[in-house]
Amino acid sequence: MTATARGVDAPGRAGIDARTLRTDRWWLPPAATTVGLLAFVVYGGVRAFQQQYFFADERYLTPFYSPCVSLGCAAEPGAAHFGMFLPDHPLIPYAALSLPFLLLFRLTCYYYRKAYYRSFWLSPAACAVPEPHAQYTGETRFPLIMQNAHRYFFYLAAVIALINTYDALLAFRHPTDGFVVGVGNLVLLVNVALLWGYTLSCHSCRHVMGGRLTHFSKHPVRYRLWTWVSRLNTRHMFFAWITLGTLVATDLYVMLVARGTITDLRIVG
Amino acid sequence: MTYTGRFRVWRGDADGGSLHDHEVEVNEGEVVLDILHRLQATQTPDLAVRWNCKAGKCGSCSAEIDGRPRLLCMTRMSVFAPDHVVTVTPLRTFPVVRDLVTDVSFNYAKAREVTAFTPPAGLAPGEYRMQQVDVERSQEFRKCIECFLCQDTCHVVRDHEENKESFAGPRYLLRVAELEMHPLDVADRVDAAQDEHGLGRCNITKCCTEVCPEGIKITDNALIPMKERVADRRYDPLAWLGRTISRRR
Repeated sequence: MTATARGVDAPGRAGIDARTLRTDRWWLPPAATTVGLLAFVVYGGVRAFQQQYFFADERYLTPFYSPCVSLGCAAEPGAAHFGMFLPDHPLIPYAALSLPFLLLFRLTCYYYRKAYYRSFWLSPAACAVPEPHAQYTGETRFPLIMQNAHRYFFYLAAVIALINTYDALLAFRHPTDGFVVGVGNLVLLVNVALLWGYTLSCHSCRHVMGGRLTHFSKHPVRYRLWTWVSRLNTRHMFFAWITLGTLVATDLYVMLVARGTITDLRIVG
Repeated sequence: MTYTGRFRVWRGDADGGSLHDHEVEVNEGEVVLDILHRLQATQTPDLAVRWNCKAGKCGSCSAEIDGRPRLLCMTRMSVFAPDHVVTVTPLRTFPVVRDLVTDVSFNYAKAREVTAFTPPAGLAPGEYRMQQVDVERSQEFRKCIECFLCQDTCHVVRDHEENKESFAGPRYLLRVAELEMHPLDVADRVDAAQDEHGLGRCNITKCCTEVCPEGIKITDNALIPMKERVADRRYDPLAWLGRTISRRR
């Protein structure tokens, strides 16, 4: 034990040579999290800047390009439902109004914070496994103090989820064939339902709905909303991961149909 | 089934110590504490281990088994393969007294820093009335047995001795949340949670929840709601505006 010993080696604590005595595969969850998050970031990054194959069968708009507000969206008539006003530039995603906020919503999410603090920052990588950092101030200083803005990104994410819902509903209407139902509609619907699950199970949503109250009995409606959100909230991690998967699957489906690699199977119409 | 189990038990004090190998009889249905008692009875009569209820309700026998904070009396031997070497050490966040006994007085000091339950003025004990829906969130936190496993596993103090002064640890942030959410508590605890008890240092990695033998959702139901209340107070202009207009608490 030296004068600079810290953490579990600090003076007075039990002198044990091993930094951790855990014998299980504690490194597996953070390693899997790293791989999963990096895979999504790489895929999402490539697709956000690809600027093609985002609109299929004149009705399927991928969530990575919603709302499509770039002048470049003119290449796919019908993709832009909210006007086109952002410059068409390779470094500006067509959905530049939503993607940064969705990224910030997930970045400040209480579940993802746990995930990346453990897997990327190793703070700690696993319980009772020493972290490598000499100092630790948590979320008390810039930039991590900005995690407190999570609720604002939740508000924006709820608006974007409404837009995704609008996209999914609009996809039932084909410009020439009228009302149609294809496999792509089901893909979009499942994705948007799970996105709502993730958005509404957010801890900030739980707080806003009623968590901040001290007397539930005086606010029965908010109490009921709080109990519903609380039930969803226990599955927040599930929604966090499943929506990464459904976002990629939905985007991939739209891209493959748009490229002509696969054909969308019509169920109705 | 009875077999001879292999154990490594840390023995020593603040001046030093080491892991000692032992072979001890293990019988069906036993827990790790039973083995340590057999060890005391047959091989090491001076082994120091703190225990009391043997039912997971007193919180005395906290230790680390294979590097994981656990109650000795609630860790069944059946979770280990017979040839597995079980390593038992004291809690590694607190100063060791001797063998498996640590000095947990840090926790008692932190407990004293939390302002006591503060009922409304003029309301005497016996006159407290509250509705179940209002008090049930606090009741979950009352299940705490003060085993201090959450305090032990929390990296804020486990890996940073210097944080012990400014960080109360999950157990006492849970206590703050319990009182803050209590329908009859009128003390304002939000600023104190952040400034005095160090809530901002928590990075919600949920180790406290993982080790809680009572299954209290410490992070989701106490720490995050408290962080949200701090955000209401400090970082949310809309919440401030709403509070100002409605003058609600």
